[in-house]
Amino acid sequence: MTTTIETNTFKSEEYFINMGPQHPATHGVLRLLLTIDGEIIKNVEPDLGYIHRSIEKMCERDSYQQIVHLTDRMDYLSSHINNEAVCLTVENALGLEIPERVKVIRTILAELTRLASHQLWWGVMGMDVGALTTYFYGFRDRELINDIFEETCGARLTMNYNIPGGLMFDIHPNFVKRTKDFIAHFKTKLPEYDTLLTGNVIFQKRTQGVGILTKEDAISFGTTGPVARASGFSCDIRKHHPYSAYDRVQFNEAISTVGDTFTRYQMRIQEMWESISIIDQLIDNIPDGDFKVATNAVIKLPKGEFYQKVETARGELGVFIVSDGKKSPYRMKFRSPGFSNLSALKKMAVGSKLGDLVAIMATLDIVVPDIDR
Amino acid sequence: MDLTKDYKIIGMTNSELQTLINSWNFEVEFSEAESQFLNITVKPENLHQLGLQLKSNKETSFDFLFCVTGMDWGTDLGVVYHLESTTHRHQIVVKVKTSDRENPTFDSVCDIWYTAEFHEMEVFDFFGIKFNNHPNLKRLFMPLDWVGYPLRKDYVDEVNMVIK
Repeated sequence: MTTTIETNTFKSEEYFINMGPQHPATHGVLRLLLTIDGEIIKNVEPDLGYIHRSIEKMCERDSYQQIVHLTDRMDYLSSHINNEAVCLTVENALGLEIPERVKVIRTILAELTRLASHQLWWGVMGMDVGALTTYFYGFRDRELINDIFEETCGARLTMNYNIPGGLMFDIHPNFVKRTKDFIAHFKTKLPEYDTLLTGNVIFQKRTQGVGILTKEDAISFGTTGPVARASGFSCDIRKHHPYSAYDRVQFNEAISTVGDTFTRYQMRIQEMWESISIIDQLIDNIPDGDFKVATNAVIKLPKGEFYQKVETARGELGVFIVSDGKKSPYRMKFRSPGFSNLSALKKMAVGSKLGDLVAIMATLDIVVPDIDR
Repeated sequence: MDLTKDYKIIGMTNSELQTLINSWNFEVEFSEAESQFLNITVKPENLHQLGLQLKSNKETSFDFLFCVTGMDWGTDLGVVYHLESTTHRHQIVVKVKTSDRENPTFDSVCDIWYTAEFHEMEVFDFFGIKFNNHPNLKRLFMPLDWVGYPLRKDYVDEVNMVIK
């Protein structure tokens, strides 16, 4: 007996599915509206706002000291760097001379934050593409950084350690020793990340050549951070517009030209090595001196417009303050890296497979509160 | 040793930019007061053409739109565009204003800088400013049936806003 398969039994048809808002691979409450044909993605449209809190509106009634506390809750994995961005804007507007000690401590903590964020991203990246072990490796090492933060800042995630004018209090006596211990420990652990995941053939097949973003598109979509640098767009704020202590340390901007998912992954691994190098250079050279300068109890910025950008773990965070001379800003705008990076998702994902979308999303390193604000 | 020498800004100075942009005859106003950037205010009808020129001109080549801010100046509504050139590394701010609060409309620049598509949706959501030729203008963060534009200065919401 012979069987014949009628080839036109299965017709190709476009249909629509929801991904999220409750989906493990969207890392929070992000909803993607997908149009797919079989497994091929025809269109992606993000639906945002599930945790929009209108931080910009809240800033218009708060004092500058209070605003710092709101910025933790945007990109909660870069909370120290977000705080620093607001403090730098206020300090520059007031023309405050910040002690060298503060600049160096801020830089060390910012790099520790970046390391912790990239460790978490690396763990979750592996998990998203089906390698659950990475999650435990990443969180094992991140825990040590959180302990350092807990001892010095009093909190593990939303630190609130920066205030306009300096730091809330001086570093803990154990800080230098613990940080050095951690760096020595992590230097032996980071190569494990490569042996476990980077060199894995299955992982490479899932990421190489997937979700390519050209340099022109990377610039036009306003992407920044590792996403843009993987496409060859040199945009490291620490290099182009140095702030705090970045003008006195030697490090390389991680950059490539391939622009696929695997390259975006490599950028963050390289950035971890650079962060280690920056902390190495600074940790023994924390200058003596005050940990803050006195500011008025009520800070009033002069009339005008002030813009400051910093490099968070995700890219360029811009703080734009329009002041009318009162104790609260007239208008405050946060240019968040995740928002612009997400806008390039459609360009990267259309034409690839549904499974690839998860890998692409993982290397965008999305933190939804950063997008929604 | 100067560690940042490879990254020093080599672009045009503010006065050079001002001279060049003046020669394009877009009737723009310049201002450097109370800001670290060169600010240019352009009429709404010239916004799109100025944007095209700023990006395509080889000397300016402002290809990186890094921030788009909706503004309510009390009587005027408007948008502030922060631009940078990735080849020359100079920066500039373009402002556009309208006194029409009922139906404020500008031309979209999302065909020049793709990132503007999302940012203009955000501005529409919070300020009610419409953009001509935008492919998908709708509320981005707020629920689709929300009434009013929350970041306008005359917006009142007695339930959700804490007034100090």
